[in-house]
Amino acid sequence: MNANNAVISLANLRKTYAMGSNVVHALQDVDLTIKAGEMVAIMGASGSGKSTLMNIVGCLDRPTSGTYELNGERVESLSRNQLADLRNRHIGFVFQGFNLLARTSAQENVELPLLYDRSERQIDPAAAARRALQRVMLDDRREHQTSELSGGQQQRVAIARALVTEPSLLLADEPTGNLDTRTSIEVLALFQELNEQGLTVAMVTHENEISQYARRVVELRDGLIIRDEPVSNRRSARNDLSSMQAV
Amino acid sequence: MKPEKMIRIALRSIARTKMRSMLTMLGIIIGVGAVICMVAIGQGAQSRIEQSILDLGVNMVVITPGASSSGGISRGAGSLNRLQIADAEKLARESMLLSTVTPVIMTGGRIRGGMGNWHAPLYGVDITFEEIRDWPVSSGQWFGQDDVRASRKVCLLGSTVAGELFPDQDPIGQEIILRDVPFDVIGVLEDKGQTAGGDDQDDCVVAPYTTVQKRLAGRQFIAQILGSAWSPDDVPAAMDEASAIMQESHGLADWEEADFTVRNQSDLADAATGTTEVMTMLLAAIAGISLLVGGIGIMNIMLVSVTERTREIGIRMAIGARPGDVLTQFLVESIVLSLLGGIIGVGLGYGGSWLVAYLTGWPTAIAPATVGVALGFSAAVGIFFGFWPARKAAGLDPITALRYE
Ligand SMILES: Nc1ncnc2c1ncn2[C@@H]1O[C@H](COP(=O)(O)OP(=O)(O)OP(=O)(O)O)[C@@H](O)[C@H]1O
Ligand SMILES: [Mg+2]
Repeated sequence: MNANNAVISLANLRKTYAMGSNVVHALQDVDLTIKAGEMVAIMGASGSGKSTLMNIVGCLDRPTSGTYELNGERVESLSRNQLADLRNRHIGFVFQGFNLLARTSAQENVELPLLYDRSERQIDPAAAARRALQRVMLDDRREHQTSELSGGQQQRVAIARALVTEPSLLLADEPTGNLDTRTSIEVLALFQELNEQGLTVAMVTHENEISQYARRVVELRDGLIIRDEPVSNRRSARNDLSSMQAV
Repeated sequence: MKPEKMIRIALRSIARTKMRSMLTMLGIIIGVGAVICMVAIGQGAQSRIEQSILDLGVNMVVITPGASSSGGISRGAGSLNRLQIADAEKLARESMLLSTVTPVIMTGGRIRGGMGNWHAPLYGVDITFEEIRDWPVSSGQWFGQDDVRASRKVCLLGSTVAGELFPDQDPIGQEIILRDVPFDVIGVLEDKGQTAGGDDQDDCVVAPYTTVQKRLAGRQFIAQILGSAWSPDDVPAAMDEASAIMQESHGLADWEEADFTVRNQSDLADAATGTTEVMTMLLAAIAGISLLVGGIGIMNIMLVSVTERTREIGIRMAIGARPGDVLTQFLVESIVLSLLGGIIGVGLGYGGSWLVAYLTGWPTAIAPATVGVALGFSAAVGIFFGFWPARKAAGLDPITALRYE
């Protein structure tokens, strides 16, 4: 870890898409640093570049120009294989559409990233997957197929899959986009709990209310950061859940 | 990634779509099954032909007119039929290594007698024919030395001829008229059955060569000379000796090209099995094409599967699968599919050739090499036809794959 404790450090980051003669500037000149232990909500209107930013931070995509350091390591010029290993080792992904393998048990879905683990650590995939499912309180659904789980449960399996490699960074692109309010808050409670245990979390949302559960809000418009501030009255998902039960 | 992990991932994927995997394998199953079955039938036919020729007697030496070509059987165009009774007599007199010799005159024609008319080949032979061909009578008796010396008009009927002309009568003592020459029937030959080529060996009449030559053939030349070596080990030397005697008999110097051909059993077997070898190859080629079609079926399904599983590929890449991991996964899937199909196909081939043998009575023989080749080939089909779809999968961009609907 580098001196200033930054997990993510972006400087002059640009991403342009050429659509024929039309050039789309999905990101223009983004500078952003996220430190270990932060929980950042990335907001913005549709088409503002949130997913583009997430994909670059998640090493799924490369910037057109600018620099990106992940845990102090420059990544923008790494090979496809090196990027794959980074994703496997350091990043956990949670998607809006869950993206679990169909006709596959929760246990197997969670084991999957460990099949591609190339590090020297000796991890027993089955045991690690069981621990991860326990953390999201789904150990009783281990043998259930994807289609036999509710949306909220599927997202929790996806979170367990993101956690199983013990990454330093959890990225979530509209993790609650397909969930109802209550399940959304359950997922946020999980994120807050993980964050309190030290995990760095960055999540995309376009709902102001959801962003209030983060510690910091970054807002994008047309590929530019227009707001970057701490959340003043941070909400606790756990409290909100118990007050919902009281009603 | 460790190979067992790869195979485990592939097996899970295959198990997830059991029905489709089964249908995909069907092409390979049928292809391999057909190859095994066809080759088994071909090789069975071949070994039967070899056996039936060896059944003639292992010691036999056959001399036919005309120089041998490199192929062994074809006679040079225009080469004269220059085999005579005198050659056979000289061989019988001078050969040390042949225990017995007989000329064979071949003619034939219309036979009248008993119930009516029949056409059959007529062989004019010496009494030694019985021993050389191992062909005793089932009733009556073989003609003797006196009959040959006196050119008596006696004959033996093959069982087919006997059955046709005298269906419910003992033919022995009856008279048949062969092309206007009357013969007394003195015996009926034992059943020999069909030749490997499908000719009925029992459809013939056998008479002393002296009689046949004088009364019917009317010419000097004979079809072949059969001899029998004292033992199987003597056959090569006996062939050399017979060549030398024939060369001298025809007034040819050592260095002059022979106008006759000396062959033994295995030469005949080789010539006869040559055709079935070609047939086996042809059958195998046809079956091989169905294997190829099976391979294309696998490629088709793998291509469809890559498209259909684009999202899965995106997920795997997002959680850290390298492009090489994805390539290997699809390649291993395709190899496992085709190899599994190959194994089931081998089972089907065994079952099929057993069924053919059971239903038709044709002998079938499965060489272990065929099984090895078929399995190796199906693995190769898996690699060859799986590679393109696998490369397509590995080349996908993670984001594009994840967004794919
Ligand atoms: N593969 C691509 N090719 C061309 N243009 C693209 C591509 N991906 C994104 N864009 C463009 O980049 C801009 C930012 O897209 P992005 O997906 O990051 O938006 P977003 O903030 O995630 O929006 P939403 O809230 O709707 O998900 C959009 O104008 C989009 O059209
Ligand atoms: Mg988006």
